Amino acid sequence: MKDEHKVLTHGMDPASMRGRAGEKRRISQETPAMEIRDLKLYYGDKIALKGVDLMIPKGRITAFIGPSGCGKSTLLRCMNRMNDLIDAARVEGEVLLHGENIYDPAVDVAELRRRVGMVFQKPNPFPKSIYENVAYGLRLQGVKSRRVLDEVVEKSLRRAALWDEVKDRLNENAFGLSGGQQQRLVIARAVAIEPEVLLLDEPASALDPLATLKIEELMFELKEEYTIAIVTHNMQQAARVSDYTAFMYMGEMVEFADTDTLFTSPAKKQTEDYITGRYG
Amino acid sequence: MNNWFKSGTPWIWLNAGAVTVSLIMVVGLLLMIAVNGLGHFWPKAVAEFDYAVSGDEPERVLGELSRSETMTAAAMRDAGYEVPEDQEIVTRHLIKRGNRDATGRDFVWYIGENASEFRYPREAMVLERLTWGDLIGYLKDYREDGEVVAEGADARAAFESQLEETRTSVREIQRIERFEIGAVNHEIEQIRLQRRALELNPQLSDEERAEQEALLDDRRAEFQSQYDELEQRRNELRREIRRYGITAELMDGRTQEVLLADIVRATWPNDMGLGAKLSHYGSTFWDFVSGFPREANTEGGILPAIFGTVLMVILMSIVVTPFGVMAAIYLREYAKQGPLVRTIRISVNNLAGVPSIVFGVFGLGFFVYFLGGSIDRTFYPEALPAPTFGSPAIIWASLTLALLTLPVVIVSTEEGLSRIPSTIRQGSLALGATKAETLWRIVVPLAAPAMMTGLILAVARAAGEVAPLMLVGVVKLAPNLPIDGSFPFLHLDRAFMHLGFHIYDVGFQSPNVEAGRPLVYATALILVLLIIILNVTAISIRNYLREKYKSESD
Repeated sequence: MKDEHKVLTHGMDPASMRGRAGEKRRISQETPAMEIRDLKLYYGDKIALKGVDLMIPKGRITAFIGPSGCGKSTLLRCMNRMNDLIDAARVEGEVLLHGENIYDPAVDVAELRRRVGMVFQKPNPFPKSIYENVAYGLRLQGVKSRRVLDEVVEKSLRRAALWDEVKDRLNENAFGLSGGQQQRLVIARAVAIEPEVLLLDEPASALDPLATLKIEELMFELKEEYTIAIVTHNMQQAARVSDYTAFMYMGEMVEFADTDTLFTSPAKKQTEDYITGRYG
Repeated sequence: MNNWFKSGTPWIWLNAGAVTVSLIMVVGLLLMIAVNGLGHFWPKAVAEFDYAVSGDEPERVLGELSRSETMTAAAMRDAGYEVPEDQEIVTRHLIKRGNRDATGRDFVWYIGENASEFRYPREAMVLERLTWGDLIGYLKDYREDGEVVAEGADARAAFESQLEETRTSVREIQRIERFEIGAVNHEIEQIRLQRRALELNPQLSDEERAEQEALLDDRRAEFQSQYDELEQRRNELRREIRRYGITAELMDGRTQEVLLADIVRATWPNDMGLGAKLSHYGSTFWDFVSGFPREANTEGGILPAIFGTVLMVILMSIVVTPFGVMAAIYLREYAKQGPLVRTIRISVNNLAGVPSIVFGVFGLGFFVYFLGGSIDRTFYPEALPAPTFGSPAIIWASLTLALLTLPVVIVSTEEGLSRIPSTIRQGSLALGATKAETLWRIVVPLAAPAMMTGLILAVARAAGEVAPLMLVGVVKLAPNLPIDGSFPFLHLDRAFMHLGFHIYDVGFQSPNVEAGRPLVYATALILVLLIIILNVTAISIRNYLREKYKSESD
């Protein structure tokens, strides 16, 4: 199991995994992929996000941490308008994707979600074959050519580090895969349509440690091509994989900085309390 | 004792007891139907005995033992039988004597004490006839053109071989009458309607009309000559088969002549081995399933009823599935959930509780008179005043039952839709699918097994429903099947026969109750089997779908 060995070493040595030794990220030098401006979200009368300002840098991994119920998943869902599905939810403020406000009434939501993909906490493959799961997004766009589909399916599964495990059973039901494989399949499904931003909502929380490491390794590789935003409960995971980290508390953005700074010398007392485990 | 209650054991016993009672009742019912229904086709022995009532001259009785009963003497005396004073219990036998034409009563009760021992003569013969039910007696001779050709033992061989030939001719006559003459008659009727349409058409000038009428008359003459030809052929066959006959000695010693053309089947039940009985069983059962009814439905087969039931259920399924599924999708996926939708949902559920006869009345008023009447006035004015669609018909029966079973389909489809995990929907939406795309590609296939469950329940309900059908399409005797060889092949405007109604008709509306009794069981058995077959088909489709869209959430 050479692969596993590699993953394990990466997992134990986050610095080498990210290859950032000596290089310090600075938020002012980044190009924004998404910008969130004074975003407020209400569930009925209750306010869930109290005016969040944030920039998601392009080609980087941004992690959201914070105690349960702090609004980090809600914020993530605002970024591809998945909150539209909840009748009671109401949004104020702006979310810009490459300078365009995605809450503009003229925006085609389906098109937006094609550009901002999302992976959920629990693996949610469709009850179809592995092949059809990955091809789903393309079929929606009307791609019929078998050659194109074959190519994209293989490429996406390779990117999600799943190809070698499933190449001989592409036509089997996706529910036959293990949880970790299902989650990687869902990631492959998301990258098959080439989104600009990939939102990961606690992608590893339902997985065992080995599968988690595989997902982390995968994120690191996907960073080359995609902007990634990840919500996680696991601070070690945030420290390992992300370039920037945002700490949220009670619907507010408490602190946002590059990961090293936030974890080693947080500016706010609240952040320090949380990462040292004094509450949350 | 207290501990025993706490352990939950009494509840287990109570529940297991309830299940057992239900199972016993269901299995008992099916068993009773099966035994009585299937037993009817087994050849019964013909018993002969002497019967004398208190010193009278004994008479010979010949017949099949239908059933025996034990009665109290008092009840028998009340019924007008003479029973000795010291006797308390009386056994009586119901004997099927047959020979309804000769003796008037084919089922008669005989008191066991007055009868001699039963004898089972090997020569006793049972003839199943086209009219007047069975003849039970002894074969005397076989005749051709009224001349005796063979007597005694030779008569049976000659009779049996000639009967086979005659049956072939009879089937040929029936084929000519039912199909060939039927088709020609259909054409002639079409020509009549076209002529009538010409008369009603105000745009034609007199010349055009005369020209077209002449054309139609030519065609009509053509068909008329075809008809004459067929009729002639039929008459020749008829004349030929009427040449052969037999005479039989009845139980009271009278002789009776029977034409071979009137005989369906001749058996000597006391002279049959097991093999012969089995083959007789098979052939009578097949005739029952594949034949047309005779004698006010108390004889012959039930093919039209089977056919009508199946066709009606299929038509109903074709109508109810799309409507129910679409309604459920709208209610569950698109309608804004609120008091209005809740009210609609409650109303739909309550619709399932409306007595089915109410649906029948609605179907008669709305479908038959209003819709059918409008169709007739618009599309078939030349046939008026005879209705085409404006009378009870299979299409209206199917629509009425579709209405009746709609709630079942809606409820189970909604149930299926609500069970689909929202994470799967969100997964599809997050890939840029619109709501409609998610619905058609993910949600509906996943809910398909639930839709099939709804359809299974609907089919079971519809196949057994009788009351509304009596108003909107079922008849005692339909002259034609709803499908035949003349255009447009599927005749939705025809009335049809139905197994459920057939049971009611034979069991309770028939002039000959005793003769109809076994047929009621047999028909009920066929109906139950039919419903089982329809359900098993639907269930296997559902299981296939389930397997195909297997997911963790199930």
